[in-house]
Parts: sequence; structure tokens; C-alpha cells
Amino acid sequence: MILTTLPATAGVGFKPEHFGDVLADGGFGGFFEVHAENYMGAGGPPHAQLTRLRQDHALSIHGVGLSIGGAGPLDCAHLARLRSLCDRYAPESFSEHLAWSTHDGVFLNDLLPLPYTAETLAQVIAHVDETQSALGRRMLLENPATYVLFAESDIPETEFLAEVARRTGCGLLLDVNNVLVSATNHGTSPERYLDAFPLAQVGEIHLAGHDLAEGDGGAPLLIDAHGAPVADPVWALYARTLDRTGPLPTLIERDNDVPAWPELRAEAGVAQRLIDGAAAGASVSKRVAA
Amino acid sequence: MSAAAQARFAAAALDPGAAVPADLAQAGGRAPERRFAVYRNNVAVGLAGPLAARFPAVRGIVGADFFAELARAFVRAHPPRSPLMMLYGDDFPAFVDTAPGLEELPYLGDVARLEAARTRAYHAADVAPLGAAAFAAIGPEALAEATIRLHPSLGLVRSRHPVASIWAMNAGEAELGPIDGLPPEDAIVGRPALDVHVRRLPPGGAAFLAALHGGRPLGRACALARRVAPDFDVALNLSGLIASGLAAAIAPSPCKDPKP
Amino acid sequence: MNRRVAAVALAGSFAAALAAAASPALAEDKMAGKEKCYGVALKGQNDCAAGAGTTCAGTSKVDFQGNAWKAVPAGTCVTMKTAKGMGSLSPIKM
Repeated sequence: MILTTLPATAGVGFKPEHFGDVLADGGFGGFFEVHAENYMGAGGPPHAQLTRLRQDHALSIHGVGLSIGGAGPLDCAHLARLRSLCDRYAPESFSEHLAWSTHDGVFLNDLLPLPYTAETLAQVIAHVDETQSALGRRMLLENPATYVLFAESDIPETEFLAEVARRTGCGLLLDVNNVLVSATNHGTSPERYLDAFPLAQVGEIHLAGHDLAEGDGGAPLLIDAHGAPVADPVWALYARTLDRTGPLPTLIERDNDVPAWPELRAEAGVAQRLIDGAAAGASVSKRVAA
Repeated sequence: MSAAAQARFAAAALDPGAAVPADLAQAGGRAPERRFAVYRNNVAVGLAGPLAARFPAVRGIVGADFFAELARAFVRAHPPRSPLMMLYGDDFPAFVDTAPGLEELPYLGDVARLEAARTRAYHAADVAPLGAAAFAAIGPEALAEATIRLHPSLGLVRSRHPVASIWAMNAGEAELGPIDGLPPEDAIVGRPALDVHVRRLPPGGAAFLAALHGGRPLGRACALARRVAPDFDVALNLSGLIASGLAAAIAPSPCKDPKP
Repeated sequence: MNRRVAAVALAGSFAAALAAAASPALAEDKMAGKEKCYGVALKGQNDCAAGAGTTCAGTSKVDFQGNAWKAVPAGTCVTMKTAKGMGSLSPIKM
């Protein structure tokens, strides 16, 4: 089982439109994260670019289509594609989501929620086990942004993730924006969620922007849209987390309204300074508050 | 999540007219309808968006509003069966051929075929093009017996409409304007290196390439092309194929396999 | 034309093709002028050829209403359609 890890630096989600600027910018020392499914073609510019990026940067491969939280069996062909991608690029990290996206062979292209019960826990554990043995490596499982809850859920999400990690040996990917989005949508406390999160298992952190949508009856509704800079409350929750964990690899995610490379790089710079502060033993949450 | 519960969630997420699943909770007194609509919207945008990305010329030709409805109808009829969204919509051209409201645009399906071929070419396997030297090495006398393996990125679009011209006008390659007489055009799409190219084929070119693709020796392919197009120009078509970089391998005689 | 003569003619055409292909720039110019076919390679935008990238994000752009067909094609096709009855307009350049 491969147990490599990302360096504790600030990374950026790679967008092809930034390729030229990234090459010209020799100074970016962070890692890149790519979505696995965008690199499953036989050849072409995606592989040419990723091969070039890989020469200079640590790499995280982030799957968005495995449907680990689904009721049905995992797609063997997709697992094989992931295996071949991980073999080819030897990424420092592979991660996927606590969510489902395929039902009865139809791919819905969204990360859909699941109830947290003994039944779904057993399903997810089996799927993570299967993925890790198919890939021959440890994976990270990410907490989702959710908009609804299920009446039958009887396990808190943090406990659910902790149990999956304990039973499978997988690590966790803590998406701090997802924490804020879900807590706001369900009227709960993001701080309490983080207090309950199994931080010792976290191998990577995601930061992203969200949108405020029109809710119902005045209750706020946040959408995990990755279309804006990281919001101040997310930076605060991130710093609070770093105070407890010490430095962790941290990704700036931007998938919609993608800005020019210097802007994303500057945002990664903000995270990098907090990581450096945490590495030096400083309380970075005080720094963010100031 | 039971398979039945997941089936209900998926069906409701795909259908804006359906009721929200009954097993959702009312967190903090919030009714789940507005919350569930976020998933409905994500799924709708997530499935139609890739079609808009893959078929920008078709979208330009019919306009954004009509395309949105066309895409939604296609998604309902042909939801993706794979998580590889870059190739979602291989069935879209055939759907466009028979979609209502497009009777005045009989060429639209072929424009979609050309755009679909471009994406396939973009993601096709990388193979170095065969240069002129490989052909010269066999020599003009022996070429008639040679077989040619075409490049894996090559896509052939045969059309009764000026598909290449219409696509070029709507892809920013040519100025928008009338096309005299709307002549039929065949096109090839390919990616010899990193850029995807579209080229219009001369008369008989499509039959020539189809014959080569079917494993016919070069001389036989020329004869077949001349049968459908009496003015088939051997020199133009062979030099064009070489210059396009879309010949991948050549073997001196059909008895020997082309070298990989 | 007997088989022998045909074979010689074909070999002659192949030789011409090899000569043209040996100087690609010349070949492109010649063909572009002669046939406008196989000549200038149209590129379009590479981004469009890529197709869609995936996302792991949601969206707040609302686009899920309705199953009805209401819109009519209203894009650049209008320009195309006027071509049919107006043969005097200049042909496009490719």
C-alpha cells in the first residue's frame, strides 16, 4: 500500500488556461490538484500538460466520478482507469468524495448526499476498501457540502468519517468551505463540527469560495460554487484548524469564473503564509482575526 | 442508502416536475423543497453544460435559449452512462437530426458531428505523424500495393451540406456570410500534434480515406475514389494526406502488418 | 488505358504527391489556391475541442426550469438561410 503524502504547502487546482502562465512563473512551489476524469482520454493536450507539470510539482489526483457513497457496486472499469492514471503519474495523493453520482449506470455529474446509517457506513467502508486495494494505495475521503438531510440518518457526519477512516485506514480530506456551507444550510455550528472532526486523519485541506443563494423563509442557503475567492469566515475556520493540526497541504479550489493565474497564486500565497506560521508554532487564528 | 431510496432521489433530481423525496429531513424547520432544488439545478447544469462546451458552433447557430432546451431534451433521452463527461454527447448529432424545430437547419446534425469529432480527436491517442520520407522510401512504383494506417485522431465527416464552411463561420475561423449554392462538403478532423485541425476534402477524398481505413492498398483506394468522383486527383489527395500528418504507419504490401 | 499504362500513370501521380509533400509549405499554398481543400488547416479554438471539464462544485446559476419546447432557433442561422436565394453574394473565404 502506497502511503506517500503531499508536502505541507499551498496548492492550486490546475486549469488548462493557466498552463502557459504556470510555466512562465518559475517561482510557484506549491502542488497542483487535477480531477482524475479529465485525464482519462488516451492522449492529447491534457496528458502533455500534466506530464510537464509533474516534472516540477507535487500532484494530487482528485476523483469526482467514482460514486463511493452509492448503493450499487463500484464501476470496475472506472477503478481500472483510476489505477492506470495513478500508476502513470504516481501522485502524492489520491482523494474522492463521501457522495454518490451514479445510479443504475446513469451518471448525474453532481456530488449527491447519502444518509448516515449503519447500512451506508458498511457500504462506504466496503467501497473505500475496494478502491484502496484496486489502486494499491491509501486514499483520502472528503467531507461533502450538503443541502438536505435525511430523516433516517442516525450517525453524525464527523463520526461517520472517523469510522470509515478507522476501519479502512484511509485518510480524510477536510474541505473547510464544505463545513461552513453545510453547517449554514442546516443551521448548525461549523466550529462544533470541526471540534468533532478526526483531525489526526486529515491529509489535505480544501478551501474554496461559495455563493449565497436565495433561501426559504429567510434562512440562509450557501452553494458550494467554487466561483469566488475564499470567504473570510472560511479563512477563520481554516486558521482555527491549523492551530490544532499544525501545517497541512492546502488546496485553493476554483472551478467557476476562474481568474487569471496571478490572482489564484496570490490566494495560495495567503494560505502558504498561514501554513508557514503554523509550522513556526504561531497561533495563526489570531493573525487572521487581526 | 438503499438502492430504492437512491433511485427515488435520482429520479427526483432529474425531473423538475417530480415531488421531492419523502425521506428528507426538515433541518431547523427548513422545508426541503428549496434545498433539494439546488441538487436539481446542479444536475441540470452539470449535464447540459458539457454539451454547450462541446458543441459551441451548434449553440451559436441556434442561439443560447434554443440550445438550452435542445440540451435538456437530449439529457432526458440520453443521460450519460459514464463519468467521462468530456465525451458526453456522442449521440447528440443523431438527436439533432430528428429534433423538432430544426427542419430549417438540415445541416445542423453534421455541424454537431464535426464538433463531436474534434473532441474525440483532442483526446485520442498520441501518435507521431508519418513524414513524407516514409512514403518516399517505398517509392512511387511500389506505393500502389502499400497499406496505410490512419492516425487514431482522424475523424471523417461526410455531408450533403457545406459542413466545414458552416462550422468555420461559427467557430470564428471565417467571417459569417452567405454560402453560394450550399455545396456539399466532406471534412476530416485530426490532431497530428497538439492542435485539432479541420480540413475540407477534395472530391473523392472521403471515399479514398474510407478505403484506406478499411485496409485497401493505396492503388485500390485510388480506384475506388475515382469510381465515386471521376475527377479524383491522386497527387492532391496523397500529398494532402501526408501534409495533414494523419497517416500513422505504412506497410509496403498488404501481406505485412503496418509497423506500430 | 491498359493496366500497364494505368500503373505508370498512377506511379506518376504518386511521384507528384511525394514531390509536393516534400515541401509542405509549397504544397499548402498550391492546394489552398487550387482547391481550397486539404490546404489550410482550420483550427477553431482548442478549448472547444477539449469538451467539458469536470467540476466538484455546485452552481448558483439557475437552469433547471421546464421541460417545454418554447424557444425557436435564433442564432447565426438566420445569416446562413438568406444565402439560398441570393446567389450573387460573394463566396466565403476559407
